[in-house]
Amino acid sequence: MDSDLLKRFALGDLDAFESLFREFQGEVYGWIVAIVRNPAAAEDLTLETFWRIYRARARFDPERSFGAWARRIATNAALDHLKTVRREPESDSAQAEGYAAVAAPDSAVCAEVRSAIEMAFRTLPARLQAVATLALIEQRTQAEIAEALGVSVAAVKSREFRAVRLLRQKLKRFGVEP
Amino acid sequence: MNTQDDERLRRLLRQAIAPCRRRELDTDLWPRMLRLLGSRPAPRPWFDLALAALAALGLILFPGAIPGLLYHF
Repeated sequence: MDSDLLKRFALGDLDAFESLFREFQGEVYGWIVAIVRNPAAAEDLTLETFWRIYRARARFDPERSFGAWARRIATNAALDHLKTVRREPESDSAQAEGYAAVAAPDSAVCAEVRSAIEMAFRTLPARLQAVATLALIEQRTQAEIAEALGVSVAAVKSREFRAVRLLRQKLKRFGVEP
Repeated sequence: MNTQDDERLRRLLRQAIAPCRRRELDTDLWPRMLRLLGSRPAPRPWFDLALAALAALGLILFPGAIPGLLYHF
């Protein structure tokens, strides 16, 4: 990455910001859509992420990786979104449509069980849901997730463990014994 | 509840919710970003405002410090 470009961005140069935006918008979108699993929401959150990035430009250290910094901000924006949709019950159907739009589930799992798993999964606390999505579904490495969340690998392992246990409890309540 | 049960649940989860396939961005978001930058003014952090208020209050309460500050500037 051009260090001069990063320095100009940190000083508030809009052209430098545009260059970085064009280079990283796809990567940021891909990371966010993997977490929120809703393409329309992911586009809005990509914009929100870059808005936060632009606002915090003076705090960016040009010696550090812009991609890693952007990913951490994107993860926080995605987590905020997950917390918000949890508070809005009417958005459940939209979220479910998002799941259907981005994923092709295995036909071996019957629709009823799949629906119960999706519902239980969506009601996990945002931080656990994000870790479970990235680690268990998207198969991202724990180190990668830890960096994006700004936590240790041990914390990621712990959240993954708690997510699985909580998911099991929720599924039992829905009458599914995995 | 043991590790085997957990592993079975992980497998079931992967079968029920497949990895995201549509990861590519179809459109360039820069025009929307530009509109957003124009419409949303940068908020002034409350901490900056509090610090400025504190500095102003300090100068009002201790006007004798003003020449000293000017000297250092």
